[in-house]
Amino acid sequence: MVKTLLKSVKQYKTVSILTPLVMIGEAAMEIIIPFLMGFLIDEITEMADTQTFSMKIVWYGLAMIGCAAFALYCGIMGGRLASKASAGFAANLRYDMYDNIQTYSFANIDNFSTASLITRITTDVSNVQLAFQMCIRMLVRAPILFIFATIMTFVISPTMGGVFIAAAVVLAIIVGIIMVRVATPFRIMFKKYDNLNRVVQEDLTAIRVVKSYVREEHEMDKMQAATQDVYNYSVKAEKLLNYLMPVVQCVIYVAMILLLIMGGNMIIDGTGLTMGNLTSLLQYMTQILTAVMLVAMCLQYISLSKGSMDRIAAVLEEKTTLPKPKAPVFEVKDGSIDFDGVSMSYLQKADVTVLSDINLHIKSGETVGIIGATGSGKSSLVSLIPRLYDVAEGSVKVGGVDVREYNLDTLRSKVAMVLQKNVLFSGSITENLKWGDENATQEEIEEACRQACADEFIRQLPGGYDYDLGQGGVNVSGGQKQRLCIARALLRKPKVIIFDDSTSAVDTKTDAMIRQSLRTHAPEVTKIIIAQRIASVEDADRIVVLDEGKITGIGTHEELLKNNAIYQEVYLSQVKGKADEEDGGEEDGEKA
Amino acid sequence: MAKKLKQPSVKEQYENLNSDMKRRVQQHGTSNGQRVAKIKGSGPENPVKVLKRVLSYTFRNKFAAVMLVILIVLSSAAGAVGSFMLTFVIGAIEDMVNGVAGADQSLISWTIALICVYVVGVLSTFSYSRLMMYIAQGTLKRMRDEMFINMQYLPLRYFDTHTHGELMSRYTNDVDTLRQMLSQSVPQMISAVVTIVVVLLCMIFMSFSLTLVMLVILSVNIVCIKVIGAESSRQFLKQQVSIGKVNGFVEEMMEGQKVVKVFCHENKARENFKAINEELRISGTKANQLTNMLGPMSNILSYFQYVVVAIVGAVFFATHSIGALSLYSVAFGDGSGAFTVGDVSVLIAFLTLIRSFNQPVQQVTQQFNAIVMGLAGAERIFDIFDTPHEDKGGDITLVYGEGGIEKWSWKKPEADGTFSYIPLRGDIRFKDVIFGYTPDKIILKDISLYAKPGQKIAFVGATGAGKTTITNLINRFYDIQSGSITYDGLDIKSINKDDLRRSLGIVLQDTHLFTGTVMDNIRYGRLNATDEECIAAAKLANADYFISHLPEGYQTLIKGDGGNLSQGQRQLLAIARAMVSECPVLILDEATSSIDTRTEKLIEQGMDKLMEGRTVFVIAHRLSTVRNSQAIMVLDHGRIIERGTHDQLIAQKGVYYQLYTGAFELE
Repeated sequence: MVKTLLKSVKQYKTVSILTPLVMIGEAAMEIIIPFLMGFLIDEITEMADTQTFSMKIVWYGLAMIGCAAFALYCGIMGGRLASKASAGFAANLRYDMYDNIQTYSFANIDNFSTASLITRITTDVSNVQLAFQMCIRMLVRAPILFIFATIMTFVISPTMGGVFIAAAVVLAIIVGIIMVRVATPFRIMFKKYDNLNRVVQEDLTAIRVVKSYVREEHEMDKMQAATQDVYNYSVKAEKLLNYLMPVVQCVIYVAMILLLIMGGNMIIDGTGLTMGNLTSLLQYMTQILTAVMLVAMCLQYISLSKGSMDRIAAVLEEKTTLPKPKAPVFEVKDGSIDFDGVSMSYLQKADVTVLSDINLHIKSGETVGIIGATGSGKSSLVSLIPRLYDVAEGSVKVGGVDVREYNLDTLRSKVAMVLQKNVLFSGSITENLKWGDENATQEEIEEACRQACADEFIRQLPGGYDYDLGQGGVNVSGGQKQRLCIARALLRKPKVIIFDDSTSAVDTKTDAMIRQSLRTHAPEVTKIIIAQRIASVEDADRIVVLDEGKITGIGTHEELLKNNAIYQEVYLSQVKGKADEEDGGEEDGEKA
Repeated sequence: MAKKLKQPSVKEQYENLNSDMKRRVQQHGTSNGQRVAKIKGSGPENPVKVLKRVLSYTFRNKFAAVMLVILIVLSSAAGAVGSFMLTFVIGAIEDMVNGVAGADQSLISWTIALICVYVVGVLSTFSYSRLMMYIAQGTLKRMRDEMFINMQYLPLRYFDTHTHGELMSRYTNDVDTLRQMLSQSVPQMISAVVTIVVVLLCMIFMSFSLTLVMLVILSVNIVCIKVIGAESSRQFLKQQVSIGKVNGFVEEMMEGQKVVKVFCHENKARENFKAINEELRISGTKANQLTNMLGPMSNILSYFQYVVVAIVGAVFFATHSIGALSLYSVAFGDGSGAFTVGDVSVLIAFLTLIRSFNQPVQQVTQQFNAIVMGLAGAERIFDIFDTPHEDKGGDITLVYGEGGIEKWSWKKPEADGTFSYIPLRGDIRFKDVIFGYTPDKIILKDISLYAKPGQKIAFVGATGAGKTTITNLINRFYDIQSGSITYDGLDIKSINKDDLRRSLGIVLQDTHLFTGTVMDNIRYGRLNATDEECIAAAKLANADYFISHLPEGYQTLIKGDGGNLSQGQRQLLAIARAMVSECPVLILDEATSSIDTRTEKLIEQGMDKLMEGRTVFVIAHRLSTVRNSQAIMVLDHGRIIERGTHDQLIAQKGVYYQLYTGAFELE
């Protein structure tokens, strides 16, 4: 997992390695300074005897400042390099994830929810960024500091060095125990936090339901249980953490007293320890113990961000479920489509067969309608044509070639699809339409819009084709949005065009006009129309009736009316009570 | 000997890290907009007032508050006094080296005293952190609960004017900054101030002139911290903007990822992302660089201070001037003016103290920011406390089987203290109702209508014509500007609001489900409904079929607002929920919009049963849904432009006819 993530360091490898090196420079200075400090103190002590000002004080002082300046330089450089490396690493992570997501198939996308992908690219990455920065700045510096400081204490006084090492070991063990024991309640606490947030979030989104059913108190009970949980586990975790500081203090104080008693004795006995040495030792002691604490903190930080790392790695490691063909075909000959013994199921629910034993042959230029209840497999069926999903069994051929043999871009550029849950992007209408064909001229765009019956309303918008659609195309109505999506698909100049319930919000007259203009302007294009309302498909060459993943009837409107029970039911449910000349005209918004 | 120097730094860093982690983990899954909002929402408007309120809210138990302050003072004073006493121990050691009489005795007594101070320090640190933990956690729980309770009773308008993200952020970010403020910033602030005061006093006691020198350099330190701090928060704001951009882009592209695929737009999407990603990288680098500078900066400045004081002190020796300015020398020196062994200890002790001085100063500046942030959050939390609740409505209540009426009735208190009972029938009348969500934008104009008990009334019209608004008025989600709405002859304002809503079953346009089992979600309509009743309702709603195909049937867990169910299935559940509630009046707002016509046909029987004997308001896009209503109202721009039965309206060949024949586009 860590390996997967570290691959994204790439061009920031140098700075990432340089950072800890520079930090070592800072650590070294931090070690030398107390040493000089000791000399300085010794000089001052000596002044009591000599009664004269010694220039050595100034020299030692200047040396200290020099070291401090170098340490500052290293510190700032380290900080700079670390932020460059970590921000760069984060940017690479984001890009690599995004890049890999672009290769995902629909099945992969279904596997992660949209919301979770967003969190992974944003929040999770910044968690990892911080952990990474922490690592390269501290995880090398702290141990180095520890080692240097220990060496220095041994140089000054091996006995005291032993005391410090013992103190450090005791501290490490205690801190380690606390950290380990605190991990579980913390983990549970985070979960309880999620739960609490969920309760609030649900209450907020469903506030109208809550108020309608007068369930305020019911919601409060839920909340109280959630906050109580958070309280319990926070207290549990923090109770343990409370021991941390007193324990650290204890260890430091005990070490200090030992230092004073033993060190003091040594000075008094005159066994080689000076006042200056004592000062330096105190300094080193804190450095050693701080280093232990820092390492412990870093480790905790990393373990806490492990969840984020896992989530990112999952995105990076996900492989597309659509294998590339060895010798891809780069040309779609015509718009004929053949389903041979096709069955299909979705990845997450492999045991549920969405389509089974589908045999369907569509000639180039034919118009085929598909009718069926929600969940009957209409969308699944057509999604196989541009190879948004792969079949479980059988084969789907476009232009006589199995879709799995095509270069994916070639296939999809010739099989245009207007999705059920269609999306426009922020930007002008022209920009959005150019998704269909980047090099489309204004004439071509307008022509496509005329065919999709969108030209008229676009002209009435302020700015016309330059009108800004807003994020997700919020600035136009549902029917208008659908027509823009159709125009966008038409601009691809496809050989097959699929409408997945794409005119549900368009009124019947316009709907009919769109179908009419397609018939006249693109007679050679195969047209597949999924619809809820009979009116949208009744003039198709053939209509396919789907029920629970199976084809129960194929034929013209008249034929099906005669011999297909489901088709009759659907028809009756829509035209009941209507005079014959009145066409089905209800508005059916399958709104997500 | 920077004992006191490093100690708090470890603790502080640890706690900051911890809270940072917690916050991050909590934020997982919440939108980034919240964080941006947090950064933007700078200081509170009246910090002193808010601080007072926070403190009085937190420390309801005055005794605990006093104890806490005493313990914090003890803990930090012990640290500072400990440093100071250390110098006496060292002095004693030196005296012993120089063979001063009685030095061994004073060494022993100073050491014992030092141990005592340390013991007090450790014990008080432990007690105050434990006490603070309980107080802080208790306060946070109380605050979350009360905020939620208050929120439940806020009028809908409040939710219209505040986004979910904004409100959510009060439970996450604001409570969290407050937690940090209470459990860290406030104690640290107190402790830092105590340390500063004690150390400063000790310093002045030792040498006034050296203290002055130290303060001059210290001010340089503070200025540096301030300048870098201000610049870094500016950079962080910039970074937030970039993050916002990246999030916005990613959100939009992920939502439209399938469209990207269908149009083979992957490479273009990569290019666009690359550009804004790079922008974030640059701003992120800059923001972090400055923050990373702060640590080394102040660390090094404290060394600088050390050296300067050492040299100046040594010069004082040479010029024999240290004693004159030192109370310490007056107390312990021989008064000769010549510098002595004692003076050397003064300088060494002074140097020790310098190292313990910088840390608390830095803490104060940092914690000050944290406190300001915490207060801003607290202000937003208190805003929820202070917003007036939705009014309770009148004093007419809904009762069952009272006053000689077998079923539901309205219980109306009379002037003489008795009650009169009016049977609940479901007769709803609007008379000349005028309404607008804001007074300057009238949505409904002169609406008059009546729904007799057991009638089905339908509203048809384009989006924004005011259909949903009418139903929002019946249950008093909003109050009308003028006119009147009566329910069984009673003005709805005279009815207790909860009881009014209890009598209305509503299936809303957007179906919302709660985490829990399918059964729980159906039971939401009536909490005491039995399993059998819930299943019966599901069968009527034709939801039984798909529910029994779920992995665990009625016990299947629904997560994330029912994301694993189709829109149509969710609507079926919502209908079942309304069926279980057994309300005499039903409002169906686009309740079947996502159900295909054939399934709708199948549930029609159930729907008919549901509507039997009930007054029903139906809003539907699909005209086949409303065909069999007793009255259909065609709304346009807040007015009823046509009314009548389906046949009447068709014969009239007006707007309804045009809609019905598909000449008009709804939406």
